[in-house]
Amino acid sequence: MVTMNSSEKVGQKAVQQGTSRDSKCVKEDKDIYKEKEKKETTIANLPPNVQALMSTIPSPEESPNYLIYKKMEAIIEKMQDETTGVPVRTVKSFMSKIPSVFTGSDLVAWLMRHFRLEDTWEAQHLAHLLAAHGYLFPIDDHCLTVKNDNTYYRFQTPYFWPSNQWEPENTDYAVYLCKRTMQNKARLELADYEAESLARLQKMFSRKWEFIFMQAEAQSKVDKKRDKLERKVLDSQERAFWDVHRPMPGCVNTTELDPKELSRINVLKARRLRQCQELLMQNNSKNNPIVTITNPQESEEEIQKNAGNTVKENGETSQPETKPECSKTEQEPTIEQQIEVARKQVAVLKARLERRNVRVSKVADMFIAFCEQYAEYDPFLTPPEWPNPWISDTTELWEQEKHCKDPLPVRRVRRWAFGLRELLQDQAGREHFAKFLSKEFSGENLKFWLAVQELKALPIRRVASRAKEIWKEFLAADAPSPVNIDAASRELTRVKVESGKADRYCFDQAQAHVYHLMKSDSYSRYLRSDMYKDYLNGSKKKTSVKGIRSIVSFTGRKDQSAN
Amino acid sequence: MAADTAVAASPEETLESLLREAEALKQKLEEERQKLNDVTLSCVAERLEPINFPNLKLRRVLKGHQSKVLCSDWSPDKRHIVSSSQDGKIIIWDAFTATKELTISMPSTWVMACAYAPSGNMVAAGGLDNKVTVFPLGGSDEEPTARKRTVATHTSYMSCCLFPNTDRQLLTGGGDGTCALWDVESGQLLQSFQAHGADVTCLDAAAAEPGDTFVSGGCDRAALVWDMRSGHAVQAFDAHLSDVTSARFHPAGDALATGCDDSCCRLFDLRADREVARYGKDSIIFGVNSVDWSVSGRLLFAGYSDYTACAWDALRAARVCVLCGHEHRVTRVQLAPDGTALCTASWDATLRVSVASHCTSTASRACSSRPTAPRSAPPRGTPRCG
Repeated sequence: MVTMNSSEKVGQKAVQQGTSRDSKCVKEDKDIYKEKEKKETTIANLPPNVQALMSTIPSPEESPNYLIYKKMEAIIEKMQDETTGVPVRTVKSFMSKIPSVFTGSDLVAWLMRHFRLEDTWEAQHLAHLLAAHGYLFPIDDHCLTVKNDNTYYRFQTPYFWPSNQWEPENTDYAVYLCKRTMQNKARLELADYEAESLARLQKMFSRKWEFIFMQAEAQSKVDKKRDKLERKVLDSQERAFWDVHRPMPGCVNTTELDPKELSRINVLKARRLRQCQELLMQNNSKNNPIVTITNPQESEEEIQKNAGNTVKENGETSQPETKPECSKTEQEPTIEQQIEVARKQVAVLKARLERRNVRVSKVADMFIAFCEQYAEYDPFLTPPEWPNPWISDTTELWEQEKHCKDPLPVRRVRRWAFGLRELLQDQAGREHFAKFLSKEFSGENLKFWLAVQELKALPIRRVASRAKEIWKEFLAADAPSPVNIDAASRELTRVKVESGKADRYCFDQAQAHVYHLMKSDSYSRYLRSDMYKDYLNGSKKKTSVKGIRSIVSFTGRKDQSAN
Repeated sequence: MAADTAVAASPEETLESLLREAEALKQKLEEERQKLNDVTLSCVAERLEPINFPNLKLRRVLKGHQSKVLCSDWSPDKRHIVSSSQDGKIIIWDAFTATKELTISMPSTWVMACAYAPSGNMVAAGGLDNKVTVFPLGGSDEEPTARKRTVATHTSYMSCCLFPNTDRQLLTGGGDGTCALWDVESGQLLQSFQAHGADVTCLDAAAAEPGDTFVSGGCDRAALVWDMRSGHAVQAFDAHLSDVTSARFHPAGDALATGCDDSCCRLFDLRADREVARYGKDSIIFGVNSVDWSVSGRLLFAGYSDYTACAWDALRAARVCVLCGHEHRVTRVQLAPDGTALCTASWDATLRVSVASHCTSTASRACSSRPTAPRSAPPRGTPRCG
């Protein structure tokens, strides 16, 4: 069996969940149950500090894939319903019987019905995922997938579910593979990759191979005593378990974790270790010899033993003394933290209440308006003017955009009217707007705004000196291109710049002011101007390209005159 | 002992009163919110035509990583992609020709994040080494690895990074629950952002204008909107049931979409300060790893742990299309800067570039003009539409 050191942990899980009451459960499994049930009853009699300790044992909720496992298990549970679930039966074939199986097509049909799906592939995909995570498996295939045909599948016993946080050791795998070689049955024959693994493991564990062999032998003896059909089921379930945890090459290992999940587990483990140490210290100082903790797994077991001793030796007398101490050490630091957290929360909530929020109906209208406005620019909704490079394998679209030759496509120029933001985002638009402003002798606003944008993007080393330059150029009393801002903002900015600690945001207020000015004044005049309208009309429409140059009203000459 | 308990009692009282206050405020907030929650977005959007969505068509498969692809980013030139992998390599692809241009080895495995600088002349990457390293590209004959520089350091793994509209700064988020803004040149910490209660998993910067804000999501089930200037979180969205894995600003800049491990995508509006739409189905049970918007904000793309990616009609809250073909978790979906193509990265060690194929009026021009397969190997999986 796959039990060994991990069995302890899993047994606890099983009790906590109370789900796995499957009659097919392996014998060892049942033993663990009895043992654990005993433990359950003893837990209630334990002193409170030990009970607290018990609560630090990893719960299934902490499993990084807990959410997804729970969802899958809910589906599996419904599938196993006797009346509304997937029809499970024992199939007779030739001389033998195949117990408790269902067909792939029944499974897919059930999923289609249950989720009201329209497409078979989606149900099949879901079935495949359930199989890949080891909740059901094809009865004679190492590749855990589901086909929508008459292939037979079987449910995995809850004992082997991945939510039990199995982390089976290589030794367990070695025992399992070794056992398979002992039974002279075609269905138990090792696949090529398994044989390779066995050879590799044998090399790895050469020194304790004897021990592994003995274990395998013992397990194989137990197996032999079982009923034939039961054995068939159990063998297949165990095989499927290993197909999940040691998948066939080319199959996805669904038990892999990413560093985010791993780090969280490590944090929890560390916390648990700390708690254990604390509790242990308290206990030790009272009645027991010192036990050093080497790793959390061991320590838990030791503490449990340790705790058991305390109860036997001291009975109830130790309770009143340990309780206040325990609660004190645990709560005192947290109360201050809690207060801090609560304060922050209240502040956040107050701030949120003060916000003036917009109605959802209004927001919805704005979303829709935005979509309608931009639909023609979305290559996923409207095909672009030039062929999509990824479809046509030509880079025409990109080259056209890169060179941004006049005349620009009309779509692009039209976009400048959507908002000042759009205009300033487009390099060509920005230039055209600058030309317009310089014609109006108000170019310094835009120049200032751009300078501040640039300042924010500078390396920190150059920020202070550049800030001074900007101040001199635009805001100082004798600035060559003065920007008109209100006195308050100017004063605020002056203090910041002259303090010598000018940061990237020292012109923030002035910049916001200027932006507002541009938006409300120059920008709207720009949109109404002939200059923009002419440019828009002169822009290239895909259909008529001829004679555009003559329409474009502005030329380099005008530029020079403005400068 | 008696003094001790007296001191201990008062913070308990304060705590209790604070909690009571918070509870009252929450209730009030909920009431206020209900007043403003007059309709649902999908109700309003019902007047819209459902999207006649084209198939997602697979156009390129980028093969070359030895292990899981964890992150990718488009170059601003719209044809290059940088990707990072569990095997400790960063690859710069010319996605258009589906060829590798450069492979950079990192000091550690699990390179969890990578990003292209806005100029396209630099990439940043990092991960389990707790650092972000910047590699300049081009310009010199020297190998990029010879000119690499460490910019940022976290006290835990670095989960996400990006250049906030400039080459000179780098924004990072890490497993230590903080986000930080760094000066690329000096490696100086410009601003630290601390409010997340757990690992930060994702970041997105707002557009250049007005700029100065970004959003982060974390394992504390919250998405926070930050003011870069003050370093404070200005808005928080906590409707998630599990880790927030991805957050992206709506192209209009006034809303954001998040992906969550609870298998839902959500749309939060900054103006309404609330969740306005949720994208999920009973049959989707696996977590969302990444989301991105189409140019118009009509489509929201999402990559899932169930090996698929799909497109949601963000207004009508209906799924319009599913992209199958990846053989493991899809870790990243990202639209090309000009919105012409969708890149998906997966734990199956490949990246795939898909496009919308409009096979109607433009068919003659776009689809059938070149029936031959791209220069890359012909795609194996066929995308399906659901």
